[in-house]
Amino acid sequence: MTLALEIKGLQAWYGESHILHDMNLSVAQGEVVTLLGRNGAGRTTTLRAIMGLTGRRSGSIKINGIETIALPTHRIAHFGIGYCPEERAIFSSLSAEENLMLPPTLTAGGMSVDEIYQMFPNLEERRLSQGTRLSGGEQQMLAVARILRTGAKLLLLDEISEGLAPVIVQALSRMISTLKAKGYTIVMVEQNFRFAAPLADRFYVIEHGHVVAQFNANELSTKTDELNELLGV
Amino acid sequence: MEIFGIPLAAFLGQLLLGLVNGSFYAMLSLGLAVIFGLLNVINFAHGALYMMGAFLAWMGLQYFGISYWVMLLLAPLMIALFGMVIERSMLRWLYQLDHLYGLLLTFGITLIIEGVFRSFYGVSGQPFAVPPQLAGATDLGFMMLPIYRAWVVVASLVVCLVTWFVIEKTRLGAYLRAGTENPRMVEAFGINVPLMVTLTYGFGVALAAFAGVLAAPVLQVSPLMGSNLIVTIFAVVVIGGMGSILGSIVTGLALGVIEGLTKVFYPELSSTVVFIIMAIVLLVRPAGLFGREK
Amino acid sequence: MSRKLGYTAVLLGLLIAPFALYPVLLMKILCFALFACAFNLLIGFTGLLSFGHAAFFGGAAYITGHALKMWGLPFELGILTGTLFAALVGWVIGGLAIRRQGIYFTMITLALAQMLFFVFLQAPFTGGEDGLQSIPRGYLLGVIDLRNDLTMYYVVLAIMVLSFALIVRVIHSPFGQVLKAVRENEPRATSLGYEVARYKSLAFVLSAALAGLAGSVKAVVLGFGTLTDVHWSMSGLVVLMTLVGGMGTLFGPVLGAIIIIALENKLGDVGAWLAQVTAVEWFNTLGESVTMITGLIFVICVLAFRRGIIGELVARLR
Repeated sequence: MTLALEIKGLQAWYGESHILHDMNLSVAQGEVVTLLGRNGAGRTTTLRAIMGLTGRRSGSIKINGIETIALPTHRIAHFGIGYCPEERAIFSSLSAEENLMLPPTLTAGGMSVDEIYQMFPNLEERRLSQGTRLSGGEQQMLAVARILRTGAKLLLLDEISEGLAPVIVQALSRMISTLKAKGYTIVMVEQNFRFAAPLADRFYVIEHGHVVAQFNANELSTKTDELNELLGV
Repeated sequence: MEIFGIPLAAFLGQLLLGLVNGSFYAMLSLGLAVIFGLLNVINFAHGALYMMGAFLAWMGLQYFGISYWVMLLLAPLMIALFGMVIERSMLRWLYQLDHLYGLLLTFGITLIIEGVFRSFYGVSGQPFAVPPQLAGATDLGFMMLPIYRAWVVVASLVVCLVTWFVIEKTRLGAYLRAGTENPRMVEAFGINVPLMVTLTYGFGVALAAFAGVLAAPVLQVSPLMGSNLIVTIFAVVVIGGMGSILGSIVTGLALGVIEGLTKVFYPELSSTVVFIIMAIVLLVRPAGLFGREK
Repeated sequence: MSRKLGYTAVLLGLLIAPFALYPVLLMKILCFALFACAFNLLIGFTGLLSFGHAAFFGGAAYITGHALKMWGLPFELGILTGTLFAALVGWVIGGLAIRRQGIYFTMITLALAQMLFFVFLQAPFTGGEDGLQSIPRGYLLGVIDLRNDLTMYYVVLAIMVLSFALIVRVIHSPFGQVLKAVRENEPRATSLGYEVARYKSLAFVLSAALAGLAGSVKAVVLGFGTLTDVHWSMSGLVVLMTLVGGMGTLFGPVLGAIIIIALENKLGDVGAWLAQVTAVEWFNTLGESVTMITGLIFVICVLAFRRGIIGELVARLR
């Protein structure tokens, strides 16, 4: 079966800054993969590069087997990708519901608005509030909810547990398990190892814009020392 | 009956004229604000395209016998197309650069457009007859109401309010508002933002052209009519701030009325009153009356 | 060393120029060159685009003209009055415009200059559409008769050279360095403790004063001041001169002024030649289409030639 995501020799720049050097990774259909690494390693840039949001890119990015390296951003989304950025990017000039409804439906099979409001009752309660008036946790849920609505099956999630109360983080964790069970493919960037560890099938460790290590979930216990060295300050 | 020493009928007549000018201020500053919001470009050519709208209406009638009513729809469409060509071929190369280049480019385009029209039509105005269905005036008792001027105010208000509704209350408007705030993110959702930008520019200048057609019977159709207006529009936009659609509309109308009243009571001040207000607003509330600092 | 040589060569050229070209045309070019250099101080070195510099240029022209014609002031005092007027107006307009950033700043300068345009339009002493005519040249310091074009030329040249030297001095001074810092990264300059608003204001006043000096001298040289001098098209013209020559370079504005004025003078001839060659009658009106050609040059420069002539040369020679 074709890989959901296959990246080979990816280089990416922001203007003059060369961030990604020869990035290689792959994600199979239905897998949950976590990108680990220190701050500034290039994890967020990797997700942005997939979406075409960086400056110049070169190399190969194949989504469901189709080459997308030369495509403009708005065409890439139509491959069924949902992107949830680190800064959440909730629009302040839109209400919460407008934010939720904004991304156009990409394919059939997305969650309906009713289903979403069932999963996130807070969002229904606050649907007429200005988007940025929601609490941090609510904004995070909104950011994820709106891409679930579109029918996107490949999700790129950047630090979704960041700065949230533990009870909300747990809710998010449950949500990701549910999505995984439904067959979604997820690439997560996570600082919070305890959040990522029980959810992910595989891990990549990124440093200086390329992959320095990768291992499966079942290798975790044996790799703790190596991990600490790679991620430690 | 008199108000402050001015006969009521004359006073109300000037007030109406002020509303008419205010309608043009509102529509033009609205178009300018919409374009600036999404493109981050101050479209200096707004005045020239308003003038082109008026001229197209005149040329349509003069050379092809096309009625005012048809031109009211046709001129904005033609100018929208023209504007979209400008955006696609020239403006879009400047988005990565300092905003001032957008201003300079549209300034250059203004000079070209005005220069071309001037070389064919000189600087004097061409008369444009009020369409027969709107000619004349009705007697309201306390004043004579020129029907055409009332039409201008009503038509402008309707167009402005429809624009406001579409932008603030519909899904399409949500795309525009979101795109103004974070265009890259909107692109990441799969919306063709570059196309939206082009269409928005087209819409903004269509508004200007629509105002131009409305203006044709009121003012004279002259190649200079745009450049006289555009600087005032800049002042209107600085006073109102560009963050709010309703703010632009209200500010434009209010300033038109104030200008009209000034013509009645202090005629020497009438050409500068808008700028004086701008200076005051800058001292007291730099972000503009309705502005959200960008 | 080579720079000193270059300056000397240019100076020598300027000294003998009036024997080859019309002194009045040369003086006009010198005035506009100073105007453009003054403008460049603001955009090229401080990063502030003013679209209202005509207010200073034309305003000072009117004031000096009036001072010389109606108040009978001697040449040097008349010029001084005009320059001070421009500095004062610059202080007011600058003070208001600086309250907003970026493109708003530009719009405000344009609007306030337009206000001044209307004031001059309505003020009786300017002569309205006819303009202020018959401005006397008088004597410099009571002894040098300025009615002789050649004498006037050398006086104007001296003024221009001194002003240019002043601009060069300012740019290389610590004050100039702060201005450049403000242009590069204003928040950084603020965080370093510089009162950015004050520096911007000072730069604005200086730029306005020098533009006023240029306008004052031009009024005396040509003998009249008109509404064209205070119209926003004049503001646009000085922007174009600086853009064509090279924003942020020392000689760019001077070169731009020479090119644009030469173009204005020759456009009629070029149009006639084009009409002959292509048998298109419309080209004969080209001489009156300065506006259109100006616009075309603007568009081409902004799209393809942003660094201007000197800017391109400097970039290539790196």
